[in-house]
Amino acid sequence: MLIGNRSLVVACVILAAFIVLALIAQLSGANSQAMATGQRLQPPSFAHWFGSDRLGRDIFARVALGTSASLAVGAAVACAACLIGTILGLLAGYFRSLDKIVMRVMDGIMAVPAIMLAIATISVAGASITSVVLAIASHEVPRVARLIRSSVLSMREEPYVEAARLLHSSSYSIMLGHMLPGVLGSLAVLGTYVAANAMLLEATLSFLGCGLPPDVPTWGNIMADGRILFRLAPWIVLFPGIMLAIAVLAINLLGDGLRDRFDPGNERVV
Amino acid sequence: MLKLIFSRLLAALPVIAMVAGAAFVFLRLSGDPVASMLGENATAQQVAETRHALGLDLPIGLQFVSWVLHVLRGDFGVSIVTHEAVWKMVSERLGATFSLAFTTTLFSIFVAVPLGLYAARHRGSWIDSTIVSLCTAGFSVPTFVVGYLLVWLFSIKLEWIPAQGYVEFSRGLGSWLLHLIAPTVAMSTIFVVLVARITRASAIEVLNQDYVRTARALGASELRVFLLHVLPNAAVPIVTVVGVGIGLVLTGVVVTETIFNLPGLGRLTIESVLARDYPVVQCVLFLFSFAYVFINLLTDIVYSLLDPRIRY
Repeated sequence: MLIGNRSLVVACVILAAFIVLALIAQLSGANSQAMATGQRLQPPSFAHWFGSDRLGRDIFARVALGTSASLAVGAAVACAACLIGTILGLLAGYFRSLDKIVMRVMDGIMAVPAIMLAIATISVAGASITSVVLAIASHEVPRVARLIRSSVLSMREEPYVEAARLLHSSSYSIMLGHMLPGVLGSLAVLGTYVAANAMLLEATLSFLGCGLPPDVPTWGNIMADGRILFRLAPWIVLFPGIMLAIAVLAINLLGDGLRDRFDPGNERVV
Repeated sequence: MLKLIFSRLLAALPVIAMVAGAAFVFLRLSGDPVASMLGENATAQQVAETRHALGLDLPIGLQFVSWVLHVLRGDFGVSIVTHEAVWKMVSERLGATFSLAFTTTLFSIFVAVPLGLYAARHRGSWIDSTIVSLCTAGFSVPTFVVGYLLVWLFSIKLEWIPAQGYVEFSRGLGSWLLHLIAPTVAMSTIFVVLVARITRASAIEVLNQDYVRTARALGASELRVFLLHVLPNAAVPIVTVVGVGIGLVLTGVVVTETIFNLPGLGRLTIESVLARDYPVVQCVLFLFSFAYVFINLLTDIVYSLLDPRIRY
């Protein structure tokens, strides 16, 4: 079943390759800060596969080390946003009194452009991995919450929920036992899109200088470094950018594959 | 119709108020601009005096109320960093951002809708598969990578277009367009991809309808079928996603302006947030949330124009 779905296979292969790359980079103990000032700004060659930057650091080593940070941020944001969004969506969908308030707050959050919300959060909480994850997740939570809420609203009228209520099941057991399993499929799909978006947003934030601290190599940080020297050394920006595009593409394909698996009649783009 | 507009604006007020209030509190939590403004050698007394002069030592509630009252009079205050009137700073930057958003939206619609219709027409063929694959790929590439690729190819290698800068419309249409081409294409990538996918999906649904079959049976040309029958009926989801896309554009503006050095609102916001310049950030957030509400309202109005069955 899995093998038949082409995009799912391709996505998993690419993602597995990235994970392997990240693991090898971390385990090989390569130093992201290893400078070789004699080798500054070298174009891609056999010595430096992706070239070197203005401090002589090997771009390929930095990109490989950055893989784990970027993937980790994407996964963490997806988990955080899905967790918080699911709780909010379940509550808003099930309890009518909470619905209006929660949805108004979600509207408010969605009214602020993602970048500004993220930068504002980071400037309050300081620049660390946790704050970056929270900052990016805070923009994605409304999306998840809306989806869960609409699913819950439609599931609420089903006979099995009515039966459970008649049997004096508590609201929480209905939500967890009946509604939650029903939304898991679409949640998984949405989670992948959230992860992809999160990686892009993290790269954008690092690129603008507002993301993770510069000693942690992420693809966005490497691109931010190379921004000023773009005319002289375009490879510093282009290679991490291409890696980012491929990783995000793989995650999007994963989401498409999962969507086809769980909900084949649906051509929705979230 | 007027009733709809009025009720929507009324419903939007709490959202805007909430965003403004949250921004207010948030910003004040994020740190004290006065300390960074005066530098390390400032005495506690100087800091206290400046804070008092700027009105920052009043309770937050009072500050917020006073800000709202000023805004109702059109006064957004004075920037903490540059001491210029906030509205003057913002209105100078509006031109660049608005131009970029305008050209991006127009370009995206005129590229994406025909692309989506074409894909729907040749559904299942290699053309369709290519377009869908390109859409998935386009969704994954970050704006700034596209931007840099364009700069590298067209400005550095081929030297066809200038790499940076902005020329106002009033100084000549040609150079205005020339400076905007690269940023527009960079920002349009995501927009085009989003709209094309929805156009395709929506058009495919419409193509299955009986009236399309009838139109073709009556001898209408494909062009006529698509322009007069498919497009108007497929339009509602397309309009929705155009609205969403404009929201994305407002976000993407920040990065694009940084890459291409356009003097717009996006860059102003980043600089102001990092410098803790509260009045400017509040003004920009207010504008953005107002724009968001306005675009939602506009899309709703367009819905009711497109589909007479939709009544509010």
